[in-house]
Amino acid sequence: MTDSTITDSNGTQGIGSNRVKRGLAEMLKGGVIMDVVTAEQARIAEDAGAVAVMALERVPADIRSQGGVARMSDPDLIESIIAEVSIPVMAKARIGHFVEAQILQSLKVDYIDESEVLSPADYVNHIDKWPFTVPFVCGATNLGEALRRINEGAAMIRSKGEAGTGDVSEATKHIRTIKSEIAALSAKSHDELYVAAKDLQAPYELVLEIARTGKLPVVLFTAGGVATPADAALMMQLGADGVFVGSGIFKSGNPAQRAAAIVRATTFFDDPAAIADASRGLGEAMVGINVSDLAAPHRLAERGW
Amino acid sequence: MSKGGPVVGVLALQGDFREHIAVLASLGADARPVRRPEELDQVAGLVIPGGESSVMDKLSRAFGLAQPLKDAIGAGLPVYGTCAGLIMLADRVLDAINGQQSLGGLRIAVRRNAFGSQLDSFETDLDIPVLGEAPMHAVFIRAPVVEEVRDGVTALATLTDGRVVAVEQGNLLGTSFHPEMTGDTRFHEYFLGKVRAAS
Repeated sequence: MTDSTITDSNGTQGIGSNRVKRGLAEMLKGGVIMDVVTAEQARIAEDAGAVAVMALERVPADIRSQGGVARMSDPDLIESIIAEVSIPVMAKARIGHFVEAQILQSLKVDYIDESEVLSPADYVNHIDKWPFTVPFVCGATNLGEALRRINEGAAMIRSKGEAGTGDVSEATKHIRTIKSEIAALSAKSHDELYVAAKDLQAPYELVLEIARTGKLPVVLFTAGGVATPADAALMMQLGADGVFVGSGIFKSGNPAQRAAAIVRATTFFDDPAAIADASRGLGEAMVGINVSDLAAPHRLAERGW
Repeated sequence: MSKGGPVVGVLALQGDFREHIAVLASLGADARPVRRPEELDQVAGLVIPGGESSVMDKLSRAFGLAQPLKDAIGAGLPVYGTCAGLIMLADRVLDAINGQQSLGGLRIAVRRNAFGSQLDSFETDLDIPVLGEAPMHAVFIRAPVVEEVRDGVTALATLTDGRVVAVEQGNLLGTSFHPEMTGDTRFHEYFLGKVRAAS
């Protein structure tokens, strides 16, 4: 192979560098990224203190209940949301669907989520994210999966959780798994890291870096089932850098108030009195589905590998 | 001053405040997160980090921190803002969201997202004479620029097209870019010089 376009890094000058891609995620830390399906919802999210919005046609709860193949959103919808707000706008491409990603980059979205919430377009390969100028966030259920995505060029990781359920238990499991696997690597001696890399099915260089630094080289958010201020604070106390809230806001009784409350609880995640204040009088949370009631084929977190 | 160095706060409502705390601590400061008015009372200087300015604005007002911050800036507290922090320190914000307020203090007008979307975020080398001869590697992420500079404000750095990306006015410092991300600590050292001189 002599193809000069084959690369596994980005430069240190100009646009689209590693630092610039990972850097935007650094600026989102401590914040809440909200799913929105209309420009009006995007306005509500920005006014409530969202640090970014995820533009999509259907929130995961509706994708789940309506079924069928879920794809990238209509460019008109994405552009109307970009025009409405000044905070970063993210949009989802299907796993492995690099043409959807090319389209989203041409629309000038600020981040692409290569997401298991949509129907995968490739059951073998994820998108090669290095050639893109726009950064990518990818889901992971464990450390090996996170490192494989970073190796492909992901500039941000979110633990998957189980989207569209309002049940936070899978999000808890995934962030705990990633954190404890990082801690386990840090405790290993150098000669044990070779086998650790094999067991994690992850590149040795990344495994070594995690063992040295005790953290991922990119920002780690959490997602999937967060529906209340307490859920958001739980994720932050478990070590997330920030939270994605999907169906939990606009499937609830009072979206604007709930959105603002989740933002507050994310900042004051270690202050129970502040979280209690944020939790008062929010009306009905999204009804939700218990993940344990979902048949395995309907679990989105199992998409991606 | 438990660690000998000056106590420097970093506004920790949202954004990359941990990176600033790490840089300040590496330079010998007693660096602490600030989220509440009583924490602000303890510090001899403050950094406002990168992040989303509209979110910092909302949270600072919701938790009663905005007015104490304005009072502290007015009373001469040394404050350094990076990116969103520069926006928070500007008297005037262009392309703000509905109802967005800044703390003010710097007699400048700043435009949010002045370069466009994330696709236009970039890295480059800047000459910053006040920090010495070596250029500083600077990271601009959906960055603001200073569009208007009033009396008493010095431009410390400009892009090749002349746009101002670093300013100083008395005890206030602001940069469009993120020295906390690159390992070049000269801006933080320059700021700590102001903190030591003021305390």
